[in-house]
Amino acid sequence: MSYELVFEVERGDFETAGGASRKIKKTLQQLGISSKIIRKVSIAGYEGEMNLAIHSWGGTILLQVEEKEIILTIQDSGPGIPDLHLAMTEGWSTAGVEAQRMGFGAGMGLPNMDRNADHFEIESKVGNGTKILMKFFL
Amino acid sequence: MDKLLHSVYLDEAKCLGCTTCLKNCPTGAIRVRGGKARINESKCIDCGECIRICPHQAKLAKTDPLSKINDYKYKVAIPAPAILGQFKTSYSIDRILSAIKALGFDEVVEVAYGAEIVGRALKYEYHAKRYPKPLISSACPAVVKLIQVRFPELTDNICRLKSPMALTARLVRKRLREQTNYQNKEIGIFFITPCAAKATMVNNPLISEYDQYDHIDGAIAIKDIFSDVSGLLNDCNLQESIHNSTPDAFSWAVSGGESEYLKNKNVLHVDGIQNVISVLEEIECGKLDGIEFFEGLACIGGCVGGCLTVENNYVAKMYIQERAKQIKQESIIHLSEEYVKNIYNTGMMHIKERILPRNPEPLDADINKAIEKMKQIEMLESKLPGLDCGSCGAPGCRALAEDIVTGKAKEIDCIFVLKDRILELSQLTNELLQVEHPTGKTSE
Repeated sequence: MSYELVFEVERGDFETAGGASRKIKKTLQQLGISSKIIRKVSIAGYEGEMNLAIHSWGGTILLQVEEKEIILTIQDSGPGIPDLHLAMTEGWSTAGVEAQRMGFGAGMGLPNMDRNADHFEIESKVGNGTKILMKFFL
Repeated sequence: MDKLLHSVYLDEAKCLGCTTCLKNCPTGAIRVRGGKARINESKCIDCGECIRICPHQAKLAKTDPLSKINDYKYKVAIPAPAILGQFKTSYSIDRILSAIKALGFDEVVEVAYGAEIVGRALKYEYHAKRYPKPLISSACPAVVKLIQVRFPELTDNICRLKSPMALTARLVRKRLREQTNYQNKEIGIFFITPCAAKATMVNNPLISEYDQYDHIDGAIAIKDIFSDVSGLLNDCNLQESIHNSTPDAFSWAVSGGESEYLKNKNVLHVDGIQNVISVLEEIECGKLDGIEFFEGLACIGGCVGGCLTVENNYVAKMYIQERAKQIKQESIIHLSEEYVKNIYNTGMMHIKERILPRNPEPLDADINKAIEKMKQIEMLESKLPGLDCGSCGAPGCRALAEDIVTGKAKEIDCIFVLKDRILELSQLTNELLQVEHPTGKTSE
């Protein structure tokens, strides 16, 4: 038996940003997932949500809960990351002024996702968009 | 008083089942059943929101009557710092304490005394480095319970120093044991409380932070003694110099008071339960990683806003701040740093038990069954109107869907679903009426 939940995140949607992470957390609690794993998924999910709002033209978060793992897929339709290696470097950020004013843009987004997920994959192509796949083992 | 999981309770005679409290409960602990707003014990955190919001005063907090002090030979009152916010600053602290003593106590010791020691010990605890960042204050028991219930992954961040209340009781008992002939059980120590959550702490053995040597025998509501104390202010035997608090210490009564003790750290203090929830959500998802100490207080303004106080919380805060300015940093007792450190090092300030999560119950222990139930909930939710009107007795449509799947409610508890069913039924009735019966007359 598997469970799926999809969220759409629009560009610049700071007011409701965090909503998907909150819903994900509550859902996982109700499914009886341990709080340690929930914390990791929450942090990674929140970073993903913020990335969609700050850097992308909008995208989706897909939560899948399987018997043995939780899969979080974050996908957008652009603009894509030109240099993935640089983007994965801690402290490196292209966040805009508005996002920086709100305290984002510390350049910890992707590294933080990588650190919290048990499995992390990212593929990105300028013009096509970015897809991040994270797995958390139960 | 019975040992209770929580202190907030319902006066059934006064409850109209109006649903006002439903949506204001931060943990969704209330359901209206049989026309009464019942509280789910395991979810209630004693924040007192329902007590404040109920238009019919049907939600109350269980506290002890003043008469309970007569069960003890030697009676000690330990008033919360918030007590000073209840009276104009023209009344000296000594006068307020003397008036409380005149209620029948042998001695009054401000909890601010313990607050000064706990406050100064905070820096040692902070540097003990056994906590994930940020260190979270344990001062507000409602917030501690909130974290256990709604933010279980942050329980390890909660500071495990005892509350000023428990430490004050312990030091008082220690002194009386050493200096008098009273037996421990002959001494009655009563906390004068601004809120329901502290009352629970006194009476709840489950999260007891104290042993027999810092036992507190009862919690008396500030509002229950307020008028008597007011009457005695000008008419009691004034004892000079019985106060022992510093302005820093009694400022624990307002939000940010405790944080002042760590002012060279990145501290964040937040008051009001909904605000505390919003900020904890940010902490939880790692957004506020620069914060080193978080002080969250359930009541607006801090303890001065407790649901068992009398004075308006903003006015009370002003009184506290005025007093702090008037007294400056002078104080009757000068606790040396060595004294504080000694107490800290004995370990008597530490809560022995771990603060554990009180995870909300999953839909099912088996993940496959839980997923199945989750799908049922979502299917049901999509059929409900989404108005969150509360008429079904649950705080919202999602909550009703969850209640239905867990067998605590039924679909037709929703009046809109019920209306649709009635419509279906009336259509069927109509259809049946149209059917020609062999022996009946035709309508023309």
